[in-house]
Amino acid sequence: MLHTKSFVKKSRAGKITKVVREHYLRDDIYCGASDCKLCDSKDARLTASHASPILVIDTNVVLNQIDLLENPAIEDVVLLSIVLEEVKNKNLSIYNRLRALCNSSKKFFVFSNEHHKDTYVKQMEGETKNDRNDRAIRVAAQWYQTHLSGAARVLLITNDRENKRKAVEEGICAETIESYVKSLGRPDLLDQLVHPSTEDVNMEEVEDLRPSKRKIIYSEHKPMSEITSGLHRGIYHQGKLRVNRYNPFEAYVGSESIGDEIIIYGRSNMNRAFDGDIVAVELLPKDQWHEEKSLAIAEEEDDEEEGVHLVPGSADDAPRTTSQCESETTLASSRPSGRVIGVIKRNWHSYCGSLEPMPLPAGSGGVAHALFVSKDRRVPKIRIQTRQLENLLDKRIIVAVDSWDCLSRYPSGHYVRTIGEIGDRDTETEVVLIENDINSRPFSSQVLACLPPLPWSVSPEDLSNPIRQDLRHLRVFSVDPPGCKDIDDTLHCTALPNGNFEVGVHIADVTNFVHPGTPLDDEASQRGTSVYLVERRIDMLPKPLTEDICSLRADVERLAFSVIWEMTPEADIISTRYTKSVIKSSAALSYIEAQARMDDSRLMDPLTTDLRNMNVLAKIMRQRRIERGALTLASAEVKFQIDTETHDPLDIGMYQIREANQMVEEFMLAANVSVAEKILKEFPLCSLLRRHPTPTREMLEPLLRTAAAVGLNLDVSSSKALADSLDSAVGNDPYFNKLIRILATRCMTQAVYFCSGDLSPPEYLHYGLASPLYTHFTSPIRRYADVIVHRLLAASLGIYKLPTVFQDRPQLTSIADNLNYRHRNAQMASRASVELHTVIFFRKRPTDAEARIVKIRANGFIVFVPKYGIEGPVYLNQKSEKGGGEWFVDEQEQKIKKMDGTLSFSVLQAVNIHLEVVEPQPNRPKLQLTLHI
Amino acid sequence: MEFVSPEGLRLDGRRPTEMRQIRAELGAVAKADGSAVFEMGNTKVVAAVYGPREVQNRSQLLNDQALVRCEYSMANFSTGDRMRKPKGDRRSTEISLVIRQAMESCIMTHLMPRSQIDIFVQVLQADGGTRSACINAASLALADAGIPMREIVTSCSAGYLNSTPLLDLNYVEDSAGGPDVTVGILPKLDKVTLLQMDSKLPLDIFETVMQLATEGCKAIAKELREILLDNTKQLEFRRGG
Ligand SMILES: [Zn+2]
Repeated sequence: MLHTKSFVKKSRAGKITKVVREHYLRDDIYCGASDCKLCDSKDARLTASHASPILVIDTNVVLNQIDLLENPAIEDVVLLSIVLEEVKNKNLSIYNRLRALCNSSKKFFVFSNEHHKDTYVKQMEGETKNDRNDRAIRVAAQWYQTHLSGAARVLLITNDRENKRKAVEEGICAETIESYVKSLGRPDLLDQLVHPSTEDVNMEEVEDLRPSKRKIIYSEHKPMSEITSGLHRGIYHQGKLRVNRYNPFEAYVGSESIGDEIIIYGRSNMNRAFDGDIVAVELLPKDQWHEEKSLAIAEEEDDEEEGVHLVPGSADDAPRTTSQCESETTLASSRPSGRVIGVIKRNWHSYCGSLEPMPLPAGSGGVAHALFVSKDRRVPKIRIQTRQLENLLDKRIIVAVDSWDCLSRYPSGHYVRTIGEIGDRDTETEVVLIENDINSRPFSSQVLACLPPLPWSVSPEDLSNPIRQDLRHLRVFSVDPPGCKDIDDTLHCTALPNGNFEVGVHIADVTNFVHPGTPLDDEASQRGTSVYLVERRIDMLPKPLTEDICSLRADVERLAFSVIWEMTPEADIISTRYTKSVIKSSAALSYIEAQARMDDSRLMDPLTTDLRNMNVLAKIMRQRRIERGALTLASAEVKFQIDTETHDPLDIGMYQIREANQMVEEFMLAANVSVAEKILKEFPLCSLLRRHPTPTREMLEPLLRTAAAVGLNLDVSSSKALADSLDSAVGNDPYFNKLIRILATRCMTQAVYFCSGDLSPPEYLHYGLASPLYTHFTSPIRRYADVIVHRLLAASLGIYKLPTVFQDRPQLTSIADNLNYRHRNAQMASRASVELHTVIFFRKRPTDAEARIVKIRANGFIVFVPKYGIEGPVYLNQKSEKGGGEWFVDEQEQKIKKMDGTLSFSVLQAVNIHLEVVEPQPNRPKLQLTLHI
Repeated sequence: MEFVSPEGLRLDGRRPTEMRQIRAELGAVAKADGSAVFEMGNTKVVAAVYGPREVQNRSQLLNDQALVRCEYSMANFSTGDRMRKPKGDRRSTEISLVIRQAMESCIMTHLMPRSQIDIFVQVLQADGGTRSACINAASLALADAGIPMREIVTSCSAGYLNSTPLLDLNYVEDSAGGPDVTVGILPKLDKVTLLQMDSKLPLDIFETVMQLATEGCKAIAKELREILLDNTKQLEFRRGG
């Protein structure tokens, strides 16, 4: 059946054209009820029965109550295609969640009402589009009612009063979502309902504010029209608000209009904006810039104390705490500060956390108002109402934000779901994954369909492929941490007759299996990296690829992408070539095994000789790199020994770095540099490289201050100078040098991926490696950046054409941004996982340990515990007697002294610390450090 | 953009392997020796055939076969913006050539030496798949003119969007920039006379898409044959048989 739709359309240039589109109406669209006699029930998902009705849901319900719809209790839902279309136009993220629901095992059925011959409605003369769509929804509901007559109850759920009225008039059963949920008699479902903001008023009691005392806490947001004209005239500035991860009372708005970051101090200036919101900002008068900052610091003191955490690996991990003395001396206060006058686009989503402990209300079972505290400190507390308070107090829950009225201190939201008990390992691990936006869902069937059939092996076609070199005769081997299953790099080293060495780095040929534009590629690109948690790994690629087809395991033939050098015994590179290859690894060694072989002088077998030759070369290369100014930085990486059955940590200790690790690392660096040179030469505008920005003096300030306090003068004028002065920083304490290096490491920012066309060549520099060019090539199984680089390298060799995305620079830039984001999140998740296991470990084992003071505070100091790689505060004063205790701080010397002069502590001093897990509030375990004198 | 919904419906309600509705009418241009109007959904094309007749330009005369000429044009009102387009632009020249070559493959030109056959094709309304529609219209017009042919050529296109092969792209689907394979076949002889593709496709996918387009051609052939048969029956009836 054919129907022609014609409508007029206005083009962007203002031209009006008449558009005629065909619209086919069909008779093969089925109702989706599994026992319907009239329809083909092949794809049916709905169970028609009298007990539970089939729900036809209106657009407004979907838009407002998506969390509720995701609840397993809501079943047998018909989604009309017109509803899906309306939702898609209004909110893409809700649309995606809705689509995910339809693909899940839930009984949600999409009914294409717009193409069904009986349910298509034509827009009538004088009818608005909205009214027409509402009518379409009613007609579809009516159709279901007649179609299933007798077999099931059909209920139209709508919160549009007018629509509901008309529906009832037309004889359709219709209800609002509230009354429907109430009829189910499930208190937890009621918690998930989003309440219209008018019902909000009685929630104020949670803030202890009597209605009569309600006052305006935040200033009203300016109307959109005023914002637009203000932006136009340049009195307001638009940008994305980013809240300081370690100080939620400080936020930044990167503004293009003034070309600088505007700092927003304090919650009242942030004016209800969340991290990630697009806001309009007004600059404050210049003389207030400084004042605002000290106000913010005062506010900060109310905040909860800082906990014990892992030693930061870079400046990005380090808390940016403002000490009193800093605020007076640094230039930071001359930066523009402003306040938010309106939110252009909200970045609200759902947050993970727990309820603030509170006593149970007298008559339990009723509605309680509680405050939700997010794990992410950037998010303010959120008010929710719940009927299951007793259940939720000891749980990790997810809460979504609904609104934030200027009369209330906190935003209000609703309960979404429970993750599990606080402190439980699985619960907390899931929290870590959710917090860091890590997708740990199993791979979809579309993604798995892209895998080659198993069991896979190298085929004769692979061997005869002219682009592939047969290198199976080479003695190739791998060196990895013990138990490594995703082996993406192998090495070989052959002595040549002329006295030189042929050294090869062979990397898993992932791009032979992951083709651009496939669902597999899209998924990997989205995930960006594998995530390593203490007890589990979340793969970027499906397991068959990660652990088998791509993994360069011993004694099996595998496809590889090779970089092969000819090197003199002095480790000078004479020639470099790149080729796809077939290899057969002869041994998969662990670092310990490789080290043991090199050290055992009785062993003279060819493999051990290769290892020794490589080690000699690697040492020369490393030495040369250090001479060029590469920094040898230290980080405190912690290793757990995990019980294989219970997954509880058994032992904890620092990761030991051996010569064998350094040897492999050296060749990987060299391969990455060689590949970076090759791809940049061929594709100067669209190569993916990695850079490490030179730290500014301001960033190195904390290091310099600490060094000065112990009488050490560091030269930070260049990476070479810094490397040299770090080398010469040796005290009588054997651990001193390492400590200084750890402090230096945390001052640096992290290296980032970028598209070569976006920056100029001097900016390509990798400061830490002192290399003008660098990229990632050697781990394509677990990093997507390497997959991109593999494609670039293959294209530069003329093996394959460059995929089309490389011609689209904005897209390439956004891929690089996503990789940086994923990379950073993966690291934070790993750190959070280690922190979690540290608490679990110490829960049953209160311990004493030696620690170093890294920073002096007003009421104590921050210590670093080398053995466990953690750092945290030690309080000398009780919190209550802050400032007025018997201790005073000497800022100049970085010392804290007792008033009577009997005791003093200075920075870098060794102290004995007692570590213990305490529970100051029920179900809130935390690791506490106390001084052990 | 989503061109195929997860429910398996395209934007206009068709399923991926469904063609648009086909309509055709013979003898629409009374003055011509043979003519046809062919519609595929909203794409509407008229073809008129003159000949075989004397060769107008003696220098082009061929001694062993007929000269086939083809002129393709697009009516100014055929697209939404009603722009005045110059005649004989590159695209028209190219399409004229494509149609001519497809027709030459089926006309038994050796039976009509030293003569000329003119085919005029004009697009009245464009909504994707104009090339195929032109060829189908020309085939019908040639048949209507009673010109001896081995068989009728039919043409259909197929594309590949959202990882799905789609038969007979309309304008919206066509302007998505995906690959578009136009195939022309001699259905009974099972010979391909035309194969064109915009954009690129991996080989294995190309084969499925081409297969789909070929299936489309065969379906059109069946329709055209019925239309011709109907027409003949009517002629017979009018003659008072
Ligand atoms: Zn049915």
